[in-house]
Amino acid sequence: MSKVDLSIKIGPLELKNPVLLASGTVGYGNEIANFTDLSKIGGIVTKSLSLKPRLGNPPQRITETPSGMLNAIGLANVGVEEFIKTKIPFLKEVNSTLICNIAASSVEEYVECTKILTDEESIKAFEINVSCPNVKEGGLEFGNDLKAVGRITAETKKVTDKPIFIKLSPNVARISEFAKVVYSEGGDAVSAINTLVGTSFNIWTKRPKIKNITGGLSGPAIRPVALAKVLEISRNCPIPIIGIGGILTWQDAIEFMIVGATAFQIGTANFINPNSGLDILKGIEEFCIQTNITKISDLTASYQI
Amino acid sequence: MLIEKSKFISNTSITKNTYLIKVFSPSIAKTAKPGQFCNIKVSENSFPLLRRPFSICDVEGDYLYFMFDVHGEGTRLLRDKNEGEELDIIGPLGIGFDLIGDYDTAIFIAGGLGSAPFPFLSKNIPAMIEIHSFIGGRSKENVIEYKMKNVSAATDDGSYGFQGNVVELFINKLTAYNTKKIRVFACGPNPMLKALQNVCNEKNINCQLSVETVMACGFGICQGCPIEKYNGDGYFLVCKDGPVFNSLAVKI
Ligand SMILES: Cc1cc2nc3c(=O)[nH]c(=O)nc-3n(C[C@H](O)[C@H](O)[C@H](O)COP(=O)(O)OP(=O)(O)OC[C@H]3O[C@@H](n4cnc5c(N)ncnc54)[C@H](O)[C@@H]3O)c2cc1C
Ligand SMILES: Cc1cc2nc3c(=O)[nH]c(=O)nc-3n(C[C@H](O)[C@H](O)[C@H](O)COP(=O)(O)O)c2cc1C
Ligand code: FES
Repeated sequence: MSKVDLSIKIGPLELKNPVLLASGTVGYGNEIANFTDLSKIGGIVTKSLSLKPRLGNPPQRITETPSGMLNAIGLANVGVEEFIKTKIPFLKEVNSTLICNIAASSVEEYVECTKILTDEESIKAFEINVSCPNVKEGGLEFGNDLKAVGRITAETKKVTDKPIFIKLSPNVARISEFAKVVYSEGGDAVSAINTLVGTSFNIWTKRPKIKNITGGLSGPAIRPVALAKVLEISRNCPIPIIGIGGILTWQDAIEFMIVGATAFQIGTANFINPNSGLDILKGIEEFCIQTNITKISDLTASYQI
Repeated sequence: MLIEKSKFISNTSITKNTYLIKVFSPSIAKTAKPGQFCNIKVSENSFPLLRRPFSICDVEGDYLYFMFDVHGEGTRLLRDKNEGEELDIIGPLGIGFDLIGDYDTAIFIAGGLGSAPFPFLSKNIPAMIEIHSFIGGRSKENVIEYKMKNVSAATDDGSYGFQGNVVELFINKLTAYNTKKIRVFACGPNPMLKALQNVCNEKNINCQLSVETVMACGFGICQGCPIEKYNGDGYFLVCKDGPVFNSLAVKI
């Protein structure tokens, strides 16, 4: 029916449209399916999985901030084994493209998770969350360490034929340097951005509002930062980009595509409007018709500077 | 659970700072159970960003009622809604009170705004079961008796009823229930719920606690609303596994 060709390709991965739901904001799909038809969404990125289950941080884990929220969930997840046993069966039936997000505390754990999960036919790509502390080597985030990001890309590529997307941290000076490393080590795309480090204090008790003291800032508050990061990568590296950060409306999504994104992810917006993915899809399709765009992919990096 | 664009019908003030709003929300009203809540979008734009969770206070036919205090920006916006405006509501959410079991007397214990879920709960308690309500507040104006039956009140400043907290009042009256089979239903601030939990667990009284945490989504996808399990083995999600828990299930 649609006059607009909404399909896109992220490296070798074909998607029916550029709308993805972001890791940590859709769980494993079952709850949000009450509100939205996931089969119409381009793809779902699951909550970060680690080899073993993680309970996550003690409360308080979240707090609202101006046009955003801080979270320190602590990567609470069911672990790879339970995911395969109890979550994959539902996700298979949904008939959306399944992208599995992996978080780990060592390079070996990233590799191990990828190796186990690659046998699952329903998983079409991996997104690697490098905004995790490197427990073995001093606890600094992998995402801050060019060499570590390079190694994770190269090592996970070795154990799977499926596309590897590296989800970059914005808490670095030059994000495009990280994109270049991912590109040169054979990564298929970068997802940009993960949350920005932030905090918020109660002025009466002088205590941090979230137990972890700092958390990840998401929501419309980070959108201009995310757009600038996507643009920086786009102008400096030929790798495909999945844009993320503060998308609430179709206009926001189009903006990400214009500055260089091939596809985009919707995160915090799912909490407010669990059907926002489809609302946005409708909006971009109408925009394309209105502006005589026949292929949505023509929008990618169409900026005029 | 579903998203329903609901028409705002009316707002009445029931005490100085406490409001009761009525909305036309037939689909949610049809399936709502006592103790469940709704997550309400209080503005049409993105400020404030997140929805606000409120207990379902009452259901009358196609209409829902919510009771709230003006606390911050979100509740202020809700207070200022006009008749005919559209309110975007997700609900009914969570697991409400467990009404099934062997008891002849239902004890409601509410602190401050904790009175909110009881009008709807009252309606659903089987007719042969007696209801006794213990309601606490800082001062007389914070004791919310709206649609509560057989009320005993407690105030911190002694301006109304017993001087002290509502759990102390309940403990004082406990011997009166020696020959009864009671079940306690409670909602209020955490220190109150914790004190009550201690009493009920010690005396083997079945006790249902409605707890509050900060929430983002309200339906289980953000993991932002954990509460520690009683046995220390991880967390429940308040929005999905609660907000009502048996007093033996959670650490407050
Ligand atoms: C399951 C549940 C049921 C509730 N039922 C009622 C009710 O029936 N009546 C009522 O008056 N209140 C109820 N609350 C509390 C109500 O959600 C808060 O009063 C409201 O969110 C305050 O919003 P605000 O913008 O006015 O306050 P602000 O303080 O400006 O809010 C800032 C942020 O903190 C959050 N927040 C603030 N206070 C609370 C709180 N006590 N609990 C959870 N989040 C909070 C807000 O949602 C918001 O994200 C309930 C909370 C939960 C979790
Ligand atoms: C509550 C919450 C949990 C998140 N969990 C994860 C996660 O497990 N793994 C991950 O890679 N990103 C996680 N994210 C980051 C989002 O996927 C996304 O990158 C970020 O929120 C920015 O997008 P947004 O502004 O649209 O939310 C989480 C974000 C939020 C708000
Ligand atoms: S509020 Fe999001 S999981 Fe409970």
